[in-house]
Amino acid sequence: MRTIAYQDVADAARRLCIDANVHLGEDVLGLLRSAREREPSTLGRRVLEEILENNRIAAAETVPICQDTGTAFVFVELGDEVRINGGGLRDAVDEGVRRGYTEGYLRKSMVSDPLRRRNTGDNSPAVVHVELVPGDRVRMILLPKGGGAENMSRMTMLTPADGEGGVRAFVIETVERAGPNACPPVVVGVGIGGTFDTVGFLAKRALIREAGERHPDPFYARMEEDLLAAINALGVGPMGYGGETTALDVRIEVYPCHIVSLPVAVNLQCHAARVARAEL
Amino acid sequence: MDPKSLTTPWSDATVEGLRAGDLVLVSGVIYGARDAAHKRLVEALERGETLPADLRGQLVYYVGPTPARPGQVIGSAGPTTSTRMDTYAPTLLAQGLKGMIGKGYRSQPVLEAMRRHRAVYMAATGGAGALLARCFTRAEVVAYEDLGPEALFRFEVADFPVIVVNDAFGGDLYAEGKKAFSRATPG
Repeated sequence: MRTIAYQDVADAARRLCIDANVHLGEDVLGLLRSAREREPSTLGRRVLEEILENNRIAAAETVPICQDTGTAFVFVELGDEVRINGGGLRDAVDEGVRRGYTEGYLRKSMVSDPLRRRNTGDNSPAVVHVELVPGDRVRMILLPKGGGAENMSRMTMLTPADGEGGVRAFVIETVERAGPNACPPVVVGVGIGGTFDTVGFLAKRALIREAGERHPDPFYARMEEDLLAAINALGVGPMGYGGETTALDVRIEVYPCHIVSLPVAVNLQCHAARVARAEL
Repeated sequence: MDPKSLTTPWSDATVEGLRAGDLVLVSGVIYGARDAAHKRLVEALERGETLPADLRGQLVYYVGPTPARPGQVIGSAGPTTSTRMDTYAPTLLAQGLKGMIGKGYRSQPVLEAMRRHRAVYMAATGGAGALLARCFTRAEVVAYEDLGPEALFRFEVADFPVIVVNDAFGGDLYAEGKKAFSRATPG
């Protein structure tokens, strides 16, 4: 059994909060650059230029890419041969988030209660998902999830008869309805299958996948590419001013489901598709 | 297209010279307010109180910036989604507000109030908070300090880049832009 200190987990979470909010991944930057080359709309190209310039400034001056530094969504893969010494895993992540958001001059956007709405003042708590995996490593993936795109996300329970066509229509309609509100070009996370509660998680997990990486099943890989083309034919364009870059990527995650069910969730992510990773 | 440089406060004539799709570089004082500050402003008016800022001829920017590091004027300062301010916007437009800066759609009642009171809705590039922060030369909290990033701010900006989405004559860049680039769905 390998032992990792509570403080090392907290330190990693702290670092990930700051890194993710200041540096956009090379994978997403690559998609933005190639979109700028292809975009036929003058205003659309102007927006993509601004976004790329914004990312350059954010990294150079250590300023958050976007003022909405989000809910800290943390996906943890915990090795079954690891023990955290000195405290609980979730507490360690929350401590790291509190320190990262305070010491990194990030915006505190969490309220302690959804109706009484008092700001917690330190962006805690994080939303933590823990998956037990074989081995003696801990992998942490942090996604600061902004509210604008999150608010435009949707889920539905289709019937099996709705099939692939029903899923396609729901995904495309969700992106179209979101329009400029979700800060396009967006990354579209799609969850299909499982249950009411798990399908939203599938859609969220799609957002932490490396940009440009297709689903391992060729059926879903093709569906991702078809959906991307259909979404980019909508005309919404960068920031909704019109154009051919409405989405940068579409990613599908699936899970087996009940014979009567076809849950679908679409989790939208703005162009500031921030993700940071650490391994302990 | 060359941007128009316009300093606040704005008159009816300034607003009437703007059309959907125009690029504008805003300079001068603008106010920052979002959900919670809007709620308090409107509640203050309902109680018959005077607002902590005179909105006649002014612009409001829907923003909740990140905290400034020592030596910085402001942190990251991009626009937030405007839809959430739709409930309150007609009341502020009736107070003489000439423009709103945010991102995303506005409701029909807001668009009607803009036509009636001669005002314009503009968008800044969502997410470009580090780039936009460079246009801020001054930032201070005017009221509602307890709301943190949702307080009422007074900013001074220089050449703050925005685009007119909805003008006072029914022009709508979102509708026009999408129509120009929409294609039949492949397959």
